[in-house]
Amino acid sequence: MTEPTLTEPTLRNAESPPVLDVRGLWKVFGPNPGRAVRSTLSSAELKEQTGCVAAVRDVSFAVRPGEVFVVMGLSGSGKSTLVRCLTRLIEPTAGEVLLDGENIGKADARRLRELRRHRLAMVFQNFGLLPHRCVLDNVGYGLEIRGSAKAERYARAREVLELVGLTGFETYYPDQLSGGMQQRVGLARALAVDPEVLLFDEPFSALDPLIRREMQNEVIRLHHEVGKTMVFITHDLSEALKLGDRILIMRDGELVQLGTPDEVVGAPADDYVKDFVSEVPKAQVLTLRWIMRDPRPDEPLDGPELAPDVVIQDAARSVLQADRPIRVVADGKLLGLVTGTEVIETMTSGDQ
Amino acid sequence: MAVLSLRPRPAVRRWLPAVVIAAWLACWPLLNGRDTLPLAGSDLTSLHRWINARWDTIDNSRSGNPFFHYFIGAIRTGLDAAVTFAQALISQPSFGRPVPVLGWLGVVAVATAIAFLYANLRMALLTAASFVAFGVLGLWQQSMDTLSITLVAVTCSLAIGIPLGIWAGVSDRFDRVVTPVLDIMQTMPTFVYLAPLTLFFLIGPASATIATMIYAIPPCIRLTSHGIREVSPATLEASTSLGATEWQSLRKVRLPLAKQAMVVGINQTMMAALSMVTIAALIDSPGLGQTVYQTLQKMDIGTAFNGGLALVIMAIMLDRVTSAASRRVERTRRAGRLRSSAYRRWKRPAALTVAAVLCYLSYTYVWAAVFPTLGDTSSYVPRAAAATSAWVQNHLAGFTGALKNLLTYGMLNPFESLLTGTPWWLALVVAVSVAALLVGFRTAAIVAVGLVLLVVLGLWQDSMVTLASTLVATFLVMVLGLFFGVWMGRSDRVDTLLRPLLDAGQTMPAFVYLVPVLGLFGATRFTAIIAAVAYAAPASIKLVAEGIRAVAPAAVEAATSAGSTVGQLIFKVQLPMARRAVTLATSQGLIYVLAMVVVGGMVGAGALGYDVVAGFSQTALRGKGLAAGVSIVVLGLMLDRVMRAVAHRVELAAHGPADRGADGGH
Repeated sequence: MTEPTLTEPTLRNAESPPVLDVRGLWKVFGPNPGRAVRSTLSSAELKEQTGCVAAVRDVSFAVRPGEVFVVMGLSGSGKSTLVRCLTRLIEPTAGEVLLDGENIGKADARRLRELRRHRLAMVFQNFGLLPHRCVLDNVGYGLEIRGSAKAERYARAREVLELVGLTGFETYYPDQLSGGMQQRVGLARALAVDPEVLLFDEPFSALDPLIRREMQNEVIRLHHEVGKTMVFITHDLSEALKLGDRILIMRDGELVQLGTPDEVVGAPADDYVKDFVSEVPKAQVLTLRWIMRDPRPDEPLDGPELAPDVVIQDAARSVLQADRPIRVVADGKLLGLVTGTEVIETMTSGDQ
Repeated sequence: MAVLSLRPRPAVRRWLPAVVIAAWLACWPLLNGRDTLPLAGSDLTSLHRWINARWDTIDNSRSGNPFFHYFIGAIRTGLDAAVTFAQALISQPSFGRPVPVLGWLGVVAVATAIAFLYANLRMALLTAASFVAFGVLGLWQQSMDTLSITLVAVTCSLAIGIPLGIWAGVSDRFDRVVTPVLDIMQTMPTFVYLAPLTLFFLIGPASATIATMIYAIPPCIRLTSHGIREVSPATLEASTSLGATEWQSLRKVRLPLAKQAMVVGINQTMMAALSMVTIAALIDSPGLGQTVYQTLQKMDIGTAFNGGLALVIMAIMLDRVTSAASRRVERTRRAGRLRSSAYRRWKRPAALTVAAVLCYLSYTYVWAAVFPTLGDTSSYVPRAAAATSAWVQNHLAGFTGALKNLLTYGMLNPFESLLTGTPWWLALVVAVSVAALLVGFRTAAIVAVGLVLLVVLGLWQDSMVTLASTLVATFLVMVLGLFFGVWMGRSDRVDTLLRPLLDAGQTMPAFVYLVPVLGLFGATRFTAIIAAVAYAAPASIKLVAEGIRAVAPAAVEAATSAGSTVGQLIFKVQLPMARRAVTLATSQGLIYVLAMVVVGGMVGAGALGYDVVAGFSQTALRGKGLAAGVSIVVLGLMLDRVMRAVAHRVELAAHGPADRGADGGH
C-alpha cells in the first residue's frame, strides 16, 4: 500500500521561488464581465443582478518547483476554467499568472505560443487526440508545430512512448486504443515537448477505476523519473490525496482551503471540506503529529522513537506491539507521546 | 411571465381561422369569377412590355456597353472556351480532326482508371459498363457533351465553393452572411435562374454553366463548412494548448478531418450539376438534356426514354463512384502508412500505363475513336419503350384514367377553381388573416407582400393555378411521406428494402421523372403533379423515417409497457415526438414539388412553368417569361418562409409554453 510519499521535495523546495504564481485570478462569464470582478455578492445574487457567472473568484496560489499541486472541487466549481486560465486557453478576466516571474497575461500572441510550445503542456479529460493521426504523429505534433525536423521529432516521440509504455503502438490510430492507452498518448504528447509545467485537466475521470489507479501510479512514477512540476485537476478526493503534495479545494469558484493532504483531512477549513473528507480513512492520511499528546506525569518516557511524519497506519503495528508509549521525536526533541488508545481511536472512528 | 403564458389560448382565437375560411367558402359562389385577373397566353401587361423594351435595349447595347463588353463578355468567352475545350477532348471533332482528341476507348480507359484508383475495382467495372452503355444506346456524343459541361461546371463550382466553404467554416461572421444567401439559392426552383442569365450571357454553354454553378455551389460550401465546424472543440483546444497557430490548426487538424465531408460535398455538387445541366437544355445547353427535351416536345416517348436512361446511368455512375471515393478517404490514408504491398505499389503505374496505351490507340485508330455500331442496338430501347408506353396507354387506360380522374376531379379541379375563382383581394384578405391568426404578424406581412407582388407581376391567375397544383402535390407527397416514412421508421426490413430505391430516386436529374409519367398519363396537368410527387416523395419519406427513428427508445418502451396499441404508439408517441421532422419533410417536399411542377409546364401543366418556357422560345413573350420566373421565386420564398414560421411554432409548442404574443417567423 505504501506509495512513495511525496512530501520530501516539498519541504526541500519550500523556500525556493514558485514556478507558477497565481494572484487574484478572476474569470467571469457573461455581459460586461469586468463589472463583476471584486464583487462580494454570492453566485446567485451576482447572476440575478449582473447576469454574470463568476467561474473563478479571486484565487491565489503559488506552485513550487517539482511539486504536484492538486486543484480539487466538484463539477461546476471552476477548476477546469482555472487551469485553462493558466495558459489562456480561456482568457482570465482579472488577476495575474506568473510563470517564473513572467506575466503570462501580458504575453502577446507570439510569446504566448512560445510559452505553450516550450514551457506548459496540458493533458485533457477527453484526451484531445488528433483522430486522423497515428500515435507517433500525435506524440510528435507539439514538436512538429514548433518546426522540428521529422527524424528528430520521431526519435523524441519514440523515446517518450517508451517512457509511457507504448512502444510497439506507433502506427496505431487513437480509435484503435483503449481509453487508458489513449491517455498515455496524451501524456506522451505533453511530455514530448519537455515542458517545465504539466497541466492535467481531470485526465483520468473518463477511465474505469482499475485503469485509473494504474494511471495514477504511472503519474507518480513519471514524477519521480522526470521530476516535472504538475498542476493536477480532479474531482476525486482519493486521487487528490494520493497524488498531491498540496491540495487546493474550490467551491463555486472560490478557494476554500489550501494545504497538504493531512492538513485537509486533519483540519478541514469548514463544513464543506469536512463533509468532503468525512469518508477518508484517516489512519491512512494523518501522521503521528496529528494524534500525539503531551505526556502524563506517570507515563514512562523510554518507549521506542518514531518521527512525527510517519503515517498512523504505518506506525500502528509498532505502537500496538510496544509495551510503553511511543515517543514522537524530531531533531532529538520530544514532541509528544502516542499509545495504542489514540491509534485505535483514529482507525475505528468514522465521522468525527 | 411564465404563469401568464400557461393560460390556454382564448377559444375565440382558436376558432377564428376556421371562421375566416368558412366565410371565404360561403362568399365564393357569390363572388366567383370577379376580379380574378386572368391573362391569356399571348396577352401582355404593361410591365411585361416594359421588360421587353429593357431587354431589347440591353441586346442592342451589348457590344457598346463596357460592363457587358469587358466583364460579362469576358466571363462568357472564358466559360465557352472551357466547355469547347472539354468537348474537343472527348465529344466533338476538333483541331482539324474528324473525331475528338480522345475516342471512346480512351475515354472509357481514363474514366475506368480514375474510378479504379480513387474508388475500387467494382466501381471501375461499373464505370466501364456505364460508358459502354452510352455507346450502345447510340448516345455517345450527347453523353460526352453532357459530361464535358458537367465537368467544367463542377470544376468551377469546386474552385469557388471549397475556399468559400473553408472560410465559412472558420469565420462565424462570414458564415452568418453566406447562410441566408445559400438558403435562397437552394430554395429557388432551378428553372428560374435561366431567364435572367440569358439576359446577360445569352443562350448557350456559358449561361448553362453559370446556372449549373448557382445550383451546385451551395452543397459544396455547406458540406465543406460543416466538415470544418464538426471538428471537436476538444481536439482544437489540444492543438492550441501546444502552441499551434490558427493556420497550423487549420492545415494540420481541421482540413484533414474535414476531408471526408469535402468529398461528400464533391459528390453532392456533381449530382446537382448533372441535374441542372439537363434542365439547361432549355437555354441550348448541349447534351442528353437536349435529346430528352426535344423528343418530349414531340411526344416521342421512346427516344425521350432512351435519353432519360442514359442520364440515369450517368447519375448512378457518378454517384456511386464519388460515394465510394468518399468512403475510401479514411481507409487509404491509414493503409498507406501501415503497409505497402506489391499490389498497392504497382496498382497506380499499371492502371495509368494501360490507360495511356488505350488513349494512344483511340487517338490513332478510327475503330477506337468512333463507337462501333454493332447492329441495331441504338433503336432497341426507344422501340421497346414506345411499345410499352403504347401498350400501357391502351390497356391500362382504365386504371390510369381512373386514378387521373379521381385526383383531377376529386381534388385538383375543385381546389384550383376555388383559388382561381376567388377575387384577388378576397384571397389576400383570407390568406393574410389566417397567417396572422395561426402563425404571427410578421408571417402575415410576408404573405401580404408576396401576394401583392404576384398581382403586380400580372400573372395572378397563373400563379394561383401553379399554387393549386403545388399544394395538391405536396399533400400527396405528405400522404406518401407519412405512410412510408412511419413504416420505414418502425421496421428495419422495410427500411433496408426502400432505402436504396429512395437513394436512387434522389440522385436522378429532375427532368428524368417526366419521361415515364408522360408515357403513362399523356400530357396533362396531372402528369406534372405525379412527376412532382415522384420527385419530392423520396426526400420527405426519408426525413419522416429519420424523425420516427430518432424518437427516444425509452419513450417507446415506456408507452409499450403501459399497454399502448400500435396505433396509439404511432399517433400518441412517435408522430408527436417526430413533429419537427414532419414539418421539415413538408417544407422540403413543398420546395421540391414547386421546382418540378414548374418543369411540368413543358408537358401540359401550363401556368407559370409554361410562361417561362414560352419566354425562352418567343422573343415577344420573354418579358412575360421573366415575370413568370419572378412569380415562381415569390411563390417559393413565400411558401418557404411560411413553412419555417410554422416549424418554429411547432418547435415552440413542443418545448413548453411559449409567449403567444411573439411572432413565429424570424
